[in-house]
Amino acid sequence: MSATLKPAARPAPVRSEAVRPARIPRPSRWTAARRSLRRHWQLYLLIVVPLAYFVIFKYVPIANAVIAFKNYSPVKGPWGSEWVGFRNFELFFANPTFWTLVKNTFLLSVYTVLASFPIPIILAIALNEIRNGRFKKTVQLVTYAPYFISTVVVVSMTILVLSPRLGFVNDAIGLFGVPSIDFLGRPDYFRHIYVWSDVWQTTGYSAVIYLAALSGIDPALHESARIDGASRLQRIRHVDLPGIMPTAVIILVLGVGNIMSIGFEKAFLLQNPLNTAQSEIIATYVYKTGLLNADFSMATAIGLFNSVLNLFLLLGVNFAAKRITGNGLWS
Amino acid sequence: MTVIARTTSRRSERTTIEETRTDKIFLTGVKIMLWLALIVVAVPLIYIVANSFSSPSAVSAGRVLLWPIEPSVKAYQEAFSDPLIMKGYLNSFIYAIGGTLISVTLTVAIAYPLSRRTFFGRNVIMSLLIFTMLFSGGMIPTYLVVQDLGMLNTRWAMVIPSAIGVWQVIIARTFFRSTIPDELYEAATIDGASDLRFLWSIVLPSSKPVIAVIALMYAIFQWNSYFDALVYLKDPGLYPLQIVLRNVLILNTLTGSTTTTSLAQQLEQQQLANVLKYALIVISSLPVLIIYPFVARHFTKGVMVGAVKG
Repeated sequence: MSATLKPAARPAPVRSEAVRPARIPRPSRWTAARRSLRRHWQLYLLIVVPLAYFVIFKYVPIANAVIAFKNYSPVKGPWGSEWVGFRNFELFFANPTFWTLVKNTFLLSVYTVLASFPIPIILAIALNEIRNGRFKKTVQLVTYAPYFISTVVVVSMTILVLSPRLGFVNDAIGLFGVPSIDFLGRPDYFRHIYVWSDVWQTTGYSAVIYLAALSGIDPALHESARIDGASRLQRIRHVDLPGIMPTAVIILVLGVGNIMSIGFEKAFLLQNPLNTAQSEIIATYVYKTGLLNADFSMATAIGLFNSVLNLFLLLGVNFAAKRITGNGLWS
Repeated sequence: MTVIARTTSRRSERTTIEETRTDKIFLTGVKIMLWLALIVVAVPLIYIVANSFSSPSAVSAGRVLLWPIEPSVKAYQEAFSDPLIMKGYLNSFIYAIGGTLISVTLTVAIAYPLSRRTFFGRNVIMSLLIFTMLFSGGMIPTYLVVQDLGMLNTRWAMVIPSAIGVWQVIIARTFFRSTIPDELYEAATIDGASDLRFLWSIVLPSSKPVIAVIALMYAIFQWNSYFDALVYLKDPGLYPLQIVLRNVLILNTLTGSTTTTSLAQQLEQQQLANVLKYALIVISSLPVLIIYPFVARHFTKGVMVGAVKG
C-alpha cells in the first residue's frame, strides 16, 4: 500500500519521470505525451468512461459542497444560490447538539479502535501457535464468516439476541437472578453493543491480515530463539510482535485517522428513539438534517466540517506514526 | 535435541521437539482461548439457524437455544410466499449481477491503462483516485449529482454511483503490473496486436484469478449494501433485499396482511412474524455464506495484493 499511495504525497517529480521511454534520449514532456497519445490512443479511449465516473461522482460532489456556504435553493441550483459565508457553520457550532454529536462520534470511534485493534492480533498469534491443521482451519473459517454478513443482518441478530423477551442473553443473565434488561432501549448500553458486535464481525477478517504478516517472519529467527532457550511466550514477545509491527501501525493509523468518519450504516440501524442520547453521531445527524428535513446547505456544512476534520486527523496521525515508529502510509 | 531438529522439516519441528512444561501450559491456554473464540462467534449463528427451524410458538416463548424445538419450516414457507420479500430477493440479484458486470468492466478499463508504463499521466490520475478515498463531498452533494442525472428512484442509482472502488482499482493495477511483463507487450506489438487486442487476448485471460476476486468483492458488497437504496430509492418495487430486511427486522413493519380480526389469529400472526425474522436472516445471508468458504482464500490473497508494496 505504501508505494501505491506515494504519488499522492508528491506527484510532481514522479510525473516527469513517468513518461520517459527506456532507451531513447529523453524528449520534452509534451512531446512524449503527444507520442504516447498517438501510439496508445486506445488506452486513452478505454479510460475515458471510468475517468468520467470519478469526475461526475467524486469530484462534482466536492464542487457541489460549495452549498455549505450558500443558502441552497433547488430552483437556482448549487451555483446560482446566494452566498451566506460561514453562517451554516456558525449555526451548527452554536447548536446545543453540536458538542453532543462530536462527543458521541469521538467516543464511539475511540472505543471501536481500542477494542478492535488488539483482539485480532491476539487471535492471529494464537492461531499461529497452533500446528493442528484442521482445528486451526475451522477456527479461521468460522471467525472469518461474520465479515461477509450484511450490516442489516448483524444489527438484526444483535437486536434479536439482546431482545428482552426472546433473546438468550437475557435468559443467561436471568440465571444469575438479574432482571431482564432492554439493552437497545438504554442509551448507556449503545456504545458497548455497537463496539462488541463490531468486534464479533470483524476480528476474524483482521486476524487474516496479521496471519499473513506472521507467516512472512523468517523461521530462522524462531529457530535461533529456540536454541537460545526462549519460551513460546518470549518468542511471541521478541520475534512475532516486532515482525507484525509495521502492519499493526498501518492498521492503527487508518483506524485512528478515520475516527471522525465512523460509518453511518450501523449506528443508524441500531438507533431508536430511546437511545439517541448516545447513538446520534455526525453521520446520522447529516442524514436526518439533509434528507429527512431537506436542509441541504446545513447538512452539507456539517458533512464538510466532518470530512475536513477527518482529513487533518489522518494526515496528523500518519505524520506522528512515521516520526515515532518509522512506519506509516506513504512511507 | 538438535539432531531431531536437523532431521525434521521446519514446519513439523515445533511439535517434534520436546516442549518445556511452561510451554505446554501456555499452549493449552492458547487452545482454550481459540475454543472460546470459536464458541463466541458460532453460538449466535447457530442460535439464529435453530430458531428459524423451530415452531412459531416455541420461538415466541424464547425456548430455543442451539437446537430446533418442534421442528418446522413454516417460517420459510411464509418467507418464500411473501411477494415483497421475493421481489427484494430478485432485485438484489439484479443489482448484484448487473452491478458487478458494470463495476468489473470499469475497473479493468481504468486499472489496465494505469498499469502501463507508457501511459502518460498515470501517476496524476492515481493520485486523483486516492484523494477520493481520503476526502469526499458528502452525502448531500452526491445526492444532488444523482438527482441531476435523473437517476433518483431508478435501478441505475443502485449500480452507478458506487460503481468503481479505488481499492479494487489498486488491486487490479498491482496485479497487471506484476504479472504482465513489458516484453510480452512488445512481442505482441511486433505481431501486430493493438493495445485493446493485447488487453483482450493476453491480459484478461491471464488475469482470471484477480478478476474473480474483484468480481466477488463487488458482488458481496452490492448484495450487502443498503445505504444507496435508503437514500436514492422510494418505490418499494425497486427495493433490494436489505431494505426489505430492515423494514421487517428492525422497523417491525410486518409484510403479511393484518386484516385478521380474531385474537387467536393475531397471536398466531405475531408468533409467525417472530420466526420469520430468523428465517429471513438465514435466507438473506445464505448466498454469500455458501460461496464464502470457496472464495475466502482468494479474498485474502486479493486483499494482500493490494496491501503489498508494488
